[in-house]
Amino acid sequence: MNTQTTIAGITFKNPVMTASGTFGSGMEYSEFVDLNKLGAVVTKGVANVPWPGNPTPRVAEVYGGMLNAIGLQNPGVDVFMERDIPFLKQFDTKIIVNVCGKTVEDYVEVVEKLGDEPAVSMLEINVSCPNVKEGAIAFGQKAGALAEITQEVKRHAKQPIIMKLSPNVTDITEMAKAAEAAGADALSLINTITGMKIDIHRRKFTLANKTGGLSGPAIKPVAVRMVYQAARAVHIPIIGMGGIATGEDAIEFLLAGASAVSVGAMNFVDPYTTEKVIQGIEDYMKRYHIDNLNDLIGAVEG
Amino acid sequence: MKKRVCAEILSQSEIAPNIFEMWIRTELAEEVKPGQFIGVYTWNNSLLLPRPISICEVSEDRTALRIVYRRGEKGTGTYEMSQYAPGSTFSNINILGPLGNGFPLEKGEGKTVFLIGGGIGIPPLVELAKRLKAEKHVIVGYRDRTQFFLKNDLEQYGQVYIATEDGSSGTKGNVMDAIRENELEADVIFACGPMPMLRAIKAYAAEKGIPAYISLEEHMACGVGACLGCVVKTKEVHHHTYVNNARICTDGPVFEASEVEI
Repeated sequence: MNTQTTIAGITFKNPVMTASGTFGSGMEYSEFVDLNKLGAVVTKGVANVPWPGNPTPRVAEVYGGMLNAIGLQNPGVDVFMERDIPFLKQFDTKIIVNVCGKTVEDYVEVVEKLGDEPAVSMLEINVSCPNVKEGAIAFGQKAGALAEITQEVKRHAKQPIIMKLSPNVTDITEMAKAAEAAGADALSLINTITGMKIDIHRRKFTLANKTGGLSGPAIKPVAVRMVYQAARAVHIPIIGMGGIATGEDAIEFLLAGASAVSVGAMNFVDPYTTEKVIQGIEDYMKRYHIDNLNDLIGAVEG
Repeated sequence: MKKRVCAEILSQSEIAPNIFEMWIRTELAEEVKPGQFIGVYTWNNSLLLPRPISICEVSEDRTALRIVYRRGEKGTGTYEMSQYAPGSTFSNINILGPLGNGFPLEKGEGKTVFLIGGGIGIPPLVELAKRLKAEKHVIVGYRDRTQFFLKNDLEQYGQVYIATEDGSSGTKGNVMDAIRENELEADVIFACGPMPMLRAIKAYAAEKGIPAYISLEEHMACGVGACLGCVVKTKEVHHHTYVNNARICTDGPVFEASEVEI
């Protein structure tokens, strides 16, 4: 059975990755999961300088999922390259670094530094975090701005770039096409859906940031739909994510047109989820006598 | 090592209005330290995240854990949890742990120590009082006398002083009032409870020039240091995060009071 998948010329042993921000840099989950088994670790977003993130409460549970407004707290690219990359290099898995910034220059600075690190296979450009006021989401909600930052990052990047798209747009295909035309090597979607929770007993917002990004099984149908639409609109590969909890969930994304998938919020619920999803994909392939994972990608009928 | 395991529920009871006690049999009990906590999952798939619940006590043979928690409104995870019991549809429960670092016992050994608890912050003091070899003054604050849970347990390990908000028993007021009224002194403080109490303890410790180790809580998602949801502001740039933030779940939940901005 061949579970390999190839994105922008890079071959992954299986299609299961970790969604940025839900797996740190792998260290915390290495106590639970054998990182060697993962297709790739996608790291928490890293900026040019340390970011302190938002005030607390930063997370809230909601029906079938959660809201978060972490605000991209990160130690900055220098610490990240000295500490987190050497840790991840010990494992036989691909490293994809998620890059965040407030200005185009911020992104470019990080991308250039990471260009010197051959252990990093790909860069995922976060233009869709809903919890940071400046930059970030501003680039991800207008096709023109998305094209501009994609082009600029691509010009400076040594590794292939994945543009991570926001679902908080009117037409996902317009964004997917803009990123593709501007030189993106791949797309990942969806980031979280902007939501809100109110504590009725205190008559206050549950999150200090008022709004937060909704993730978890509650968003899966939206994510599958958007992956399907984007996959039909572009020719570059797509990494699908949004509420994946099981192998069956991952198969849905593959059938909708994703070449790989990421496990996100469910890591918080069950730290063994990534390994269970890999096993679940293999079980499905056995059950339906599928020898090559590629035969599943975009194979939904009708 | 942290694990997610299924534990058998040995007993479930309401020990005070809306305060529940659950004993669970689990391998995690072997290595638990006072002040650590576990993530408790419900069987309701709409309530996905683990609830961070402090460990009240470890059984003598180290095969079981006692947790004492406050039941929330109908629809909350703790409300669900309170309905699980031996012999019912849900007679076991998934847990994640042991989480956090617990209290630094070595900082109190051989000294005169205040163990201060407020409300649902009282439970972790039981295992702490049991294991700590020191001259112990236990000061606990309750809303009123209907809420006296764990008082008898704590009395086995040290002198217990009580404060109630309504003055129905012990000192009328809070734990700081009880300390003053009884003219108590200590070299070190260990505490767990609501934020206003912890702020008062931080100020008291600074005034007396003694260390205070306080256990914090915050909304959490993962419990293992990955999501960065449960941070507390720190005085200095933290050695892991490289910003003025520490993770309550993995860098805490116990912090020296002067190191955190609360």
